[in-house]
Amino acid sequence: MDESVVTAPPSAASPSAENGSGPEYDIRLIGLTKRFDDVVAVDNLSLDIDRGHFFALLGPSGCGKTTTLRMIGGFEEPTEGRIELGGVDVAPLPAYKRDVNTVFQSYALFPHLSIFENVAFGLRRRRVKGGEVRRRVVEALELVGLAGLERRKPRQLSGGQQQRIALARALVNRPRVLLLDEPLGALDLKLRKEMQLELKRIQSEVGITFVHVTHDQEEAMTMADQIVIMNGGHIEQSGTPTELYESPRTAFVAGFLGVSNLLEGTMVGEDRVKLSDGTEVQCPREALGGRTGTVQIGVRPEKLRLGAGEANSLSGTVAESAYIGVSTQYTLDTPAGPVTVYVQNDRPGGQVATGERLTLSWSPESTFVVDSQEGLQ
Amino acid sequence: MTSVAAEAGRTRPNALSRAWAFVLRHVLTVYSLLFFVYLMLPIAVVIAFSFNHPTGRFNYTWRGFTWDNWLHWNAVPGIQSAITLSLEIALFASIVATALGTLIALALVRYGFRGRGTTNLIIFLPLSTPEIVLGASLATLFLHSASYGLSIPFGFWTILIAHIMFCISFAVVTVKARLIGFDRHLEEAAMDLGANEWTTFIKVTLPLIAPAILAALLLCFAISVDDFVVTYFNAGNQVTFPIFVWGAARVATPPQINVIGTAIFGIAVTLMLINVFIQNRRSKQA
Repeated sequence: MDESVVTAPPSAASPSAENGSGPEYDIRLIGLTKRFDDVVAVDNLSLDIDRGHFFALLGPSGCGKTTTLRMIGGFEEPTEGRIELGGVDVAPLPAYKRDVNTVFQSYALFPHLSIFENVAFGLRRRRVKGGEVRRRVVEALELVGLAGLERRKPRQLSGGQQQRIALARALVNRPRVLLLDEPLGALDLKLRKEMQLELKRIQSEVGITFVHVTHDQEEAMTMADQIVIMNGGHIEQSGTPTELYESPRTAFVAGFLGVSNLLEGTMVGEDRVKLSDGTEVQCPREALGGRTGTVQIGVRPEKLRLGAGEANSLSGTVAESAYIGVSTQYTLDTPAGPVTVYVQNDRPGGQVATGERLTLSWSPESTFVVDSQEGLQ
Repeated sequence: MTSVAAEAGRTRPNALSRAWAFVLRHVLTVYSLLFFVYLMLPIAVVIAFSFNHPTGRFNYTWRGFTWDNWLHWNAVPGIQSAITLSLEIALFASIVATALGTLIALALVRYGFRGRGTTNLIIFLPLSTPEIVLGASLATLFLHSASYGLSIPFGFWTILIAHIMFCISFAVVTVKARLIGFDRHLEEAAMDLGANEWTTFIKVTLPLIAPAILAALLLCFAISVDDFVVTYFNAGNQVTFPIFVWGAARVATPPQINVIGTAIFGIAVTLMLINVFIQNRRSKQA
């Protein structure tokens, strides 16, 4: 536990706005642990969240992402560890003394108050003057595109509108960090897509750090510029959506973000891996990262080409095919294991029948490497 | 015979089956009407006889219409003080019981603590115990109060304590029902927006459970005003309205008793209608 605290608090201990040098963290989680009785929900988690980023905590249900968010918000007390907001440990503080606001999954709008009073709630608690309250509430409602609904009650609004009001109610306080707990979960698909772009727009407009919890990888990829993938209470990998998709470091990440083909192999050189059927494939040296022994190499289905044009290739028979309109998805049985490939339907009648032999190839740069015998699949 | 039956059979089947169809179609209506008559008849009699002009001491035969009983509702010695006492007891008992009951309900729903199950059970006891047992046990308790070092003479305070005791259970049950469906995120949202525990309670929790608290108040008030058995055991020489009625009935039944009964009924129905009206308007707004 203590090792993780060794990384000294950054210069953020003094308000980082003044010195432009170095990374600016809005949130630092240091050795954060939460145990419910004997269940470890969050396990020694350390994480830096940069100022002004749209940050996604992504993972399957029960991975500890919501518990982490609730600890930052002040609704769960950490068993161990520190939560620094702008360099100050807020772990011992109650929710109402933290400069963060939350958008709840259920929206949690106050049903007995008008929309105006809902949005004004935080300002009133801080004794903001009446005229100022009015101005800022209207401003917040305009930001979410719902000006003019001030006198309605929450139940008179649609789910999507309630969602926006919840957002306005949080943002009107201009918090240091906005926490979003699966806020789009209750919306239908079309509305969810709209709100994803809307949230992204609002975030870049207000410039506040957003921490967004979701189990939907597509949602996280669409909105966030930094993603942390959590599993079993710890961080699997963090990075930009591209980094995570193109070079996942664990089988879990590879499987959680889209479809991937994972093949067992043994290191036979600095940049070469021998698959179980004896085929040697080339991988980027940095992806192998000095690993030895058995590894798993991975390649995304859309990176595979038909034919033997690239440096790495495999042959197999078509076991399954599924026509998806834009492309056809084939699953091949190869001696090294099953491989899925997407083939663009760029000319009519190009389908391959099951049982036929196909050769696939891909470039070494499209290959990623994960540790063997890990998790999923 | 057979020819008559056959002849009747030719003309009647239509009428018979139509009548039968009518009953079938309206069987629920007929049944409901009968049921309401059964329910309402006694109340109707009470109301009607509050306008009776009885000649003797008993108000059991209809002798003619009069407003006198309503104009001189307190003409019977002792009736006014009995009503006053009943209202006082009911007011205090319902307020105290609802306040305590609300807090107990909050504790039971919100927190896990040692003895929660037992508390739940104990809360339910007064609802399931026969009143006569409750009354007698309380009387025993108060009778021996001197031996515990605090002497409580039978009277106002013993009645009040007894009423608060059995009212608490009703208050707890009423408020608990509302709290179980309460979204905890609402309170978290309030605290998230900068409200401390007290402000959260006043601004969010209380307004949202207010309907249940009001319902608990009215329920406790009604139960307290109405109680005879428990009160009779613990009243000493104090006379509440139900005790007054019981005492009076042995020697006379003045129509003023009906007047008070009708008034209580009228107030209760009015309150209920107001409540229905408000609820309707609210749901229309939504």
